[in-house]
Amino acid sequence: MTGWLAANLLSVLNGLAIGALLFVLAVGLSLVFGMMDVLNLAHGALFLVGAYVAAALVGGGASWGAFLGALGLAAVIGLLAGGGLSAMTEPLRRRSHLDQALLTLGVALIVAEVLQIVFGDDPLAVPAPPGLDGSVSLLGAAYPTYRLALIGVGAVLAVAVHVLVERTTLGALIRATVADREMVAAVGVDNRRVKIAVFAAGSMLATVAGVLGGPIYGASVGLDSTVLILALVVVVIGGLGSVRGALVGALVIGQIESLGRALLPDLASFVLFGALALVLVLRPQGLFGSRAGAAA
Amino acid sequence: MTAVDVQALTAGYDRSTVLDGVDLSIGTGGALGLLGRNGVGKSTLVMTLMGLVAPTSGRVLLDGRDVTGLRPDLVARAGVGLVPQGRRIWAPLTVAETLALAARGHGRRAAAGRFTIDSVYELLPRLRERHGQQAGQLSGGEQQMLAIARALLTDPAVLLLDEPSDGLAPAVVDQIAELLQTLRGEGVTLLLVEQDLHLAFAVCEEIAVMEKGRIVHRCPTPEFRADRATAHRLLGVA
Repeated sequence: MTGWLAANLLSVLNGLAIGALLFVLAVGLSLVFGMMDVLNLAHGALFLVGAYVAAALVGGGASWGAFLGALGLAAVIGLLAGGGLSAMTEPLRRRSHLDQALLTLGVALIVAEVLQIVFGDDPLAVPAPPGLDGSVSLLGAAYPTYRLALIGVGAVLAVAVHVLVERTTLGALIRATVADREMVAAVGVDNRRVKIAVFAAGSMLATVAGVLGGPIYGASVGLDSTVLILALVVVVIGGLGSVRGALVGALVIGQIESLGRALLPDLASFVLFGALALVLVLRPQGLFGSRAGAAA
Repeated sequence: MTAVDVQALTAGYDRSTVLDGVDLSIGTGGALGLLGRNGVGKSTLVMTLMGLVAPTSGRVLLDGRDVTGLRPDLVARAGVGLVPQGRRIWAPLTVAETLALAARGHGRRAAAGRFTIDSVYELLPRLRERHGQQAGQLSGGEQQMLAIARALLTDPAVLLLDEPSDGLAPAVVDQIAELLQTLRGEGVTLLLVEQDLHLAFAVCEEIAVMEKGRIVHRCPTPEFRADRATAHRLLGVA
């Protein structure tokens, strides 16, 4: 067992780093769908916007100022974009999921196209900030420091989001809205304001995830659909509107993406979608989703 | 004064009309029992009054103020509380969280209303015992009490109740009857949709019957109870 762990430690750690990033990305997607019944297919494009912001600000030379500046700018863009998406989907609130999905898919395509025009076809690299750009020695192997830091950031964000949702009054509003949005309106809460707030916060997490993922994935054409599919798989496996589900789903998918590729290089995609199919067959509402969420 | 005045209200889903010109008024502090067979539009009327189903025509006045087609949160703030069919409590929230959210949701300071979290716990001591439990773990009767408490914390002048006795044991239905009588004493106007005639008779001074999306009969409760032929014709009961 120890021998196996030593041999695969780097893959396990990579899986944790990917899982941490996927959690930050997927929790917003999950809450927007779980609370407001809007499938936001522009979520991957928001991640890509964050990645290109990082490439533009940090690509010229890594410094903490540039990296934090990229995080701040991406966060502001995410907040504004989320507010915009909330306003755009509002007129469709009585229509089917498909109409909303098509609208956000259209937004995603336009954003990706604009990014390609502005930044070109070539992938851009994002260096890690100073101090995190080296590597540390783990059981005789060198491991990038930035990925360890990313695991730490993911853990802190997971705890913060968990405390927010499970322990605060705002969290009670979030859980109540996932459970039964109409009854939240019936006690006098304006659903539209909740929707704008959730959309803005979720979109902010997506753009921030794009910056955080920069030193690993860089910024490139097509990255948006790759991460969107991973995030959707996380949400389906974890259950709509469940923070714990998003965390567990992200950690599982992180390991499948990393350890799965290392151990079963030819089958990694099958394992990914096999896990998805298994969950859909055995527990269609997701590991932590409610039955109501599955019905909606 | 008229607390609720519904005039020629129509509503429906897609192309089917469910409410076909409902006229209904309830005086301030009154209690009206609304009976009728399944599928005649009773629940749709309740949901339309709350703003959760959009009316296609007609008017709804609350204390003379036109609230037709308002969003549900504004209807709630105008003084309407809802105890919906199936209770629809927020299963993952604790009792205390549910009451806190309802008390904050309506935007007025809780102290200004007739009902506060403390006074609701006084009315329903069972909920105080269960305050830390998840709503989804409560018994059916306790969930119904919670649904009523949640509606009370929005400080309603008018309370809409859609089959609160559904699926509950007779002893629990008696408790709900007692609670609703207490609320009447507090001056809350009640619209009680029921299949359980005993509960409606115990709480309401007037009975109305719905059929095919309209109110087809209305009279004082004692008169309705005496007229078995009409009850049988409209409801299919002896």
